[in-house]
Amino acid sequence: MLVTKRKPIEELMGFVSGENSVFVLGCDGCAAASGTGGEPEIRELAGQLEERGLTVAGWKVVDFLCQKALVRSVLIPHAETIDGVDSIIVSTCGIGVQAVATVFDKAVHPACDTISLGGMRGEWSGEERCAECGQCFLDVTAGICPLTACAKQLVNGPCGGAKDGACEVEPESRRCAWDVIYERLERQGRLDVLRRSPLQIKDYARMQPPAELRGTRTWAIDIRETEDVVQ
Amino acid sequence: MKLTDLFADGRFVITSEVAPPKGTDVGEMIENAEALKTRVSAINITDQQSSVMRLGSLAASRMLKSRGIEPIFQLTCRDRNRIALQSDLLSAWSLGIENVLCLTGDHVSLGDFPEAKPVFDLDSVSLLATATHLNEGKDLGGNELEGHPDFCLGAVVTPGADPVEPQLIKMEKKIVAGAGFFQTQAVFDAEAFAHFMERARPLGVPVMAGIILLKSPGMARFMNANVAGVHVPDALIDKMAATSKEDRPATSIAIAARLIREVKEVCQGVHIMPLGWEARVPAVLEAAGV
Repeated sequence: MLVTKRKPIEELMGFVSGENSVFVLGCDGCAAASGTGGEPEIRELAGQLEERGLTVAGWKVVDFLCQKALVRSVLIPHAETIDGVDSIIVSTCGIGVQAVATVFDKAVHPACDTISLGGMRGEWSGEERCAECGQCFLDVTAGICPLTACAKQLVNGPCGGAKDGACEVEPESRRCAWDVIYERLERQGRLDVLRRSPLQIKDYARMQPPAELRGTRTWAIDIRETEDVVQ
Repeated sequence: MKLTDLFADGRFVITSEVAPPKGTDVGEMIENAEALKTRVSAINITDQQSSVMRLGSLAASRMLKSRGIEPIFQLTCRDRNRIALQSDLLSAWSLGIENVLCLTGDHVSLGDFPEAKPVFDLDSVSLLATATHLNEGKDLGGNELEGHPDFCLGAVVTPGADPVEPQLIKMEKKIVAGAGFFQTQAVFDAEAFAHFMERARPLGVPVMAGIILLKSPGMARFMNANVAGVHVPDALIDKMAATSKEDRPATSIAIAARLIREVKEVCQGVHIMPLGWEARVPAVLEAAGV
């Protein structure tokens, strides 16, 4: 389970400034449970975007956006529509956003922040990882999270340590996250995203679980399981 | 003395660097710095380079300052969070240090404590922005300071990175954040460097080409295989290989001097990394005519 919180609509409108049409994706997994990515929320989000002058060419709620094979198979019928829009708005956790960005060679915008559960993470089958930082900035990193993909967790661009696209920490097995980000943005003709991205300074306090989450069902289940030990 | 004042005077600025010892015996470091003193404008003091634990760059910077040598305090984000970085910057200013080179730092996995927790709370860009805040009398959180520094801030760039575009984008971000000069990763190909400078020149901030003294063909091959953004052309490796061991220093000096003469046409200074050959730096500069 990953808990998400919808970003303010103003922040989202900043992401899509200069764009005309979008495709909106929701997730019927954790995001639906969080009240951010289920069908009612996606309909509402689409409405909010259209009210602000954006064309929502289509929307879809996928069972688990973190599963790339599923994303691919469910969205094949929509491929043409998605091809025609400026970007995809993804209303789910950081993993789902990254999975969609891997499947479609398109600009993706995260509609949510993923809230820290303090270690109670879900399981997923892909290479995408979410640090639950509570300040999703996948919008300016081509849908690749440098907090999890970069050995130094660099948020303002690459260090000088990558050689032939490989990370200096594990050159045999790890690609430089910023090299992949650069490559994707260049291929999409969107390098200006990097150039105009504002200075990033993470608020690490937001990587702790928020107090209001401690009383929720997610935590309650865990506590009950702990109490239900077989005597 | 601020490095940026020298550039403002239109001078071709020369800096070099020394490394603090692993231990408390600073004799050799001081000796190396003294050997460079009369020929360079300032000396970088590395901050536990390659993530190898050593005596601190702040203390060593102060030691040089006391001997009339202008230090460039290297500060990395590897071992300090934003509280420690800001505190060390205030300490540095209170100790008379005026030039700071702001770096992200190598990953801990490269050093002698690979099991350490890497910090990287800030990075080179946000560290520069933080130091700029301090210069303006406020900390990163916007709190007023009672008395504030006025640092000359420097940064680094790798002209030989492939692709170089992300480096240029980050260079721009560093300038916006307050970088007043750049020192580069080692340059061995003057022509490739000139191409880089065509892209960097419009940014309007002085660039100092990094010069490493080649000690042997093996060292050149090692750097080509292992050091990101460094490429020693085959012609230079062949030249070193064709030289007898006794004559290598002379060949190395000639190669470095020629490089300096060539890059002098396109940049605003050189930063010489002697890596143990500090005593030979004056001869290099002599031969380069700078």
